[in-house]
Parts: sequence; structure tokens; C-alpha cells
Amino acid sequence: MGKIFRFHTDVDTDQILASQYLLYPTIEEMKEHTFESLDPEFAHKVQPGDFVVAAENFGCGSSREQAPSVLKALGVRAVLAKSFARIFYRNAINIGLPVIVCRDLYDNVADQDEMELFLEEGIVRTGGKEFACTKLPAQMQRILDQGGLIASLNREED
Amino acid sequence: MGATIIEKIVGRNIGRTDVKPGDIVTVNVDRVMIHDIFIPFVAEKFEEMGFTKLWDPDRVVLIYDHLVPASQVDDTRHFRVGNAFVEKYGMKNIHRSDGICHQLMTEAGYVKPGNIVFGTDSHTTTYGCVGAFSSGIGYTEMASILGTGTMWIKVPETIRVNIEGELPANVSSKEIILRLVVDLRADGATYQAVEFAGSTVEAMSVASRMTMSNMAVEAGAKCALFTPDEKTAAYCEIPLTEAETSLVGDADAVYARTLNYRAEDFVPVLACPSQVDNIHPVAELAGTKIDQVFLGSCTNGRLEDLQRAAAIIRGKKVAPFVKFIVTPASRKIYR
Repeated sequence: MGKIFRFHTDVDTDQILASQYLLYPTIEEMKEHTFESLDPEFAHKVQPGDFVVAAENFGCGSSREQAPSVLKALGVRAVLAKSFARIFYRNAINIGLPVIVCRDLYDNVADQDEMELFLEEGIVRTGGKEFACTKLPAQMQRILDQGGLIASLNREED
Repeated sequence: MGATIIEKIVGRNIGRTDVKPGDIVTVNVDRVMIHDIFIPFVAEKFEEMGFTKLWDPDRVVLIYDHLVPASQVDDTRHFRVGNAFVEKYGMKNIHRSDGICHQLMTEAGYVKPGNIVFGTDSHTTTYGCVGAFSSGIGYTEMASILGTGTMWIKVPETIRVNIEGELPANVSSKEIILRLVVDLRADGATYQAVEFAGSTVEAMSVASRMTMSNMAVEAGAKCALFTPDEKTAAYCEIPLTEAETSLVGDADAVYARTLNYRAEDFVPVLACPSQVDNIHPVAELAGTKIDQVFLGSCTNGRLEDLQRAAAIIRGKKVAPFVKFIVTPASRKIYR
């Protein structure tokens, strides 16, 4: 069970993590500034196991992998949106952050609602309702299952 | 059945003729570009993955452009890490302050028609201007290419954009791509390739095509392709062969959608803050007081952009309250 942090449509990577923080040496230092322009308190409010829910085109803009990385570092369990921008989507899978297309969720939940995710079954439950999510392509599911691209590559070598 | 440009490029790369949208395939990468912002992370992930050598040092290009000149002491860390990586792994292709990465990749001859190229920047789509499949990726994926030379991709569907006729005065390829971003919306081409065709794009310079391929990512596009022609060959300094000219979308290829434009219908426009698709005709905004003008960037820092601006301001003076900055996209353009 985790809380929902609900964001709008076209959330870009600069809103997830503004470019001036990319020059910090570590993700740990960057993560304090996650969603700073949209919700300055986000990094302090979010708890491990919470969810980010958004409308269309989440993660558009730049190619910065720090965007999914800070969400993962803060313990965000998964990002669920109506749709994702291409590079963000790949980056998230590669670092082992579940990104899930769920068309109907956004319009049926409010910020701070409680939600439960059943990743293997591809469903979420919130407010007594259940929503089906789109399944990942097999290639991406395999990378995600192994905990990201690094773990996946290391496994192939074994 | 016919094929789109992207289907042909991917098919040739992997030696198949039956490539279809939705296929997940592993391609052989012809070239990669890493810029200064992300090199420390690429280097870290590369070693974390356990690689000890680059798959092919000559295919890797490192460009210092975002952080030059360094504005903070910490920025120089990126150069230290980059220089050490170049030294350790025997790279030769490194540019320090030679220009903007996307300008250099085509200008310095790193990208040729039909190539498959990845870069750690969303505007890597730029190289579609010479008929290359190029797209942006993150640093973990880049590290994996540096070790393996391969990358898995999903073959995208294609949006075909036909533009016919002669553009009006003071209308450039920038107007076309801004209009397209508005028509497609900021995610209208996500996961898809865009393919440009028609007499208007045939008449365009490679520099003008570059602006369109560059900005297609603002509609989410994975790549944005032009068929190579004599201009492409001259720009890339290669002979034009059948391999290049056949990178054309076939008449019986399957497209996700087709958009048709008449060149005469375009008017000069401005993208207003803060979204790229907040477009207004210049005529509507005439009289608005301006604080600052920037002429440059990877989208519009080319010689023809500077010439066009020079023609407009010739004989006039910059108003005392306006800050006017001009930055050519590369040293070559500056010269």
C-alpha cells in the first residue's frame, strides 16, 4: 500500500529534476530537488512504496536518466501514467523503475489516495476499484525482472 | 509490399527484408555521441557493467559543449572524467569547444546516410537530416552500447509528412516543424518515426532539414528522416549511390498516418513561452516589446539562419534596451 502523488499532463524531465541539479555528483544529492517546481515539499513527503500517477506524455523533454533515477532513489514504487515519453520509458526500465501504462487510473484517483500495485498481475487497486494496466513488451519485462540493464547484462555474461 | 525509410535502414542493418513496425530487433550501432553533461555517469555505469574495453573506440564521439566555458568549478569535473575515459579506452574522437554536439556530428562527418546512431541527448534525432536513424537514450543504455556495440529497438511505425510547393518569403523550415508540432501535439509522434517528402523538402538545404529533424522530438518522435539526395551527398562529402537514394518511403509502404501540407499556406510564426506548441503568427504579436534576442542553438545556429537574420537587421540598430546574443552552432560556421 502506498500513497498517490498525482501530476498533470506533459510533465517534462525539467519539472522532474531541473537541469541545474544535473551537475551534482550523485543521485542522492539530486533527489532532494525532485519535482521542486511543481511541489517543493515532494522529496520530504514521499515515502518508499508511494506512487507517481500522471496523465499523458510523462517524462517528455530531455534524455536525462537522472529523472527516473531520483524517483527510484526516493523509493517511488512505480510511475503509472496514461502514456510516457519514449526516452524516459526506456531509461526507467533500464534502471529498474516500473513504468506502467494505465489509461483509466488518472481520472479516477485523487492526490494522496491509497493504492496497491500487483505488478505480476498487471493490476492496481484503489478506492475499492481495480484497474488493468498495459503489459510491457517481453524484452523490457525481462530487463525489469532482473532489476535493470546492469543486472541483466551481468547475468547474460554468467 | 513496400517499406518506409526506417524499415529499410533497420532491415539493411540486420540483413532482413521483412522488418515490420512492432518488431523488436537488435541493431548494430554505427556511431554514438556522448556529451559533457552525461560522461561521468556513462563512465561510472560502463565500469559497473564490468566492461574493460570499448567495442570500437573509433565509433564513439565525446563532445564538450553544454559546459563550455565552465561556469562553475564543479563543471570541470566532467572534463576530468571525460579526459580520463578518453585516455584509458583509446578514444580519438573528442571535441572540446568545437561547437554544439548535433552540429558537429554531421558537419565533422561522423554520421552518414543509412547509419544507426544513438546519443545521450533528446535532440539526437537531428541526424535524420542526412537520412540516418538517430535517437536519444540515457546514460545506462549508452554504457551498454559502448561495451556491446548493439542496441535493441522496437521498429517504429511511420508518420508520413508530404509538403508540396514553394515556401513564401520569410518562411523557413522552422515554421514547418513548429506547425507540425502543433498539429501532432507534444506527444503526437511518440514511439513513431516521421518521414518528410515532397517538392518543398527536396528544394531545402541540409541545414534547413536539420532544423526539422532536430525539433521533431518535440512531438515525441523517435526519429525524423529525409531521403538522401545530391545535397546530402555534397554535405557528407560522399558519392551518391543507389544505397542512399533508395532510402525512400515506397508508394505502397504502410504508414500510421499521412499529413499533407501546401508550402504556400505557411506563415511566419513564433513559439511563445512556456510550451513549444504555443505557436502564434508573427503578425499577431507585432509591437510586443522584446528584452532579449538569442540567435543560435542546435536548432537554429547555422549559416543560413545567421544570413537570414543579417538580411533583416542590415542597416538597423539594436534598440538600447535589447540584449542581442549571436552564437554560431560551430567553429566552422563562425569562420
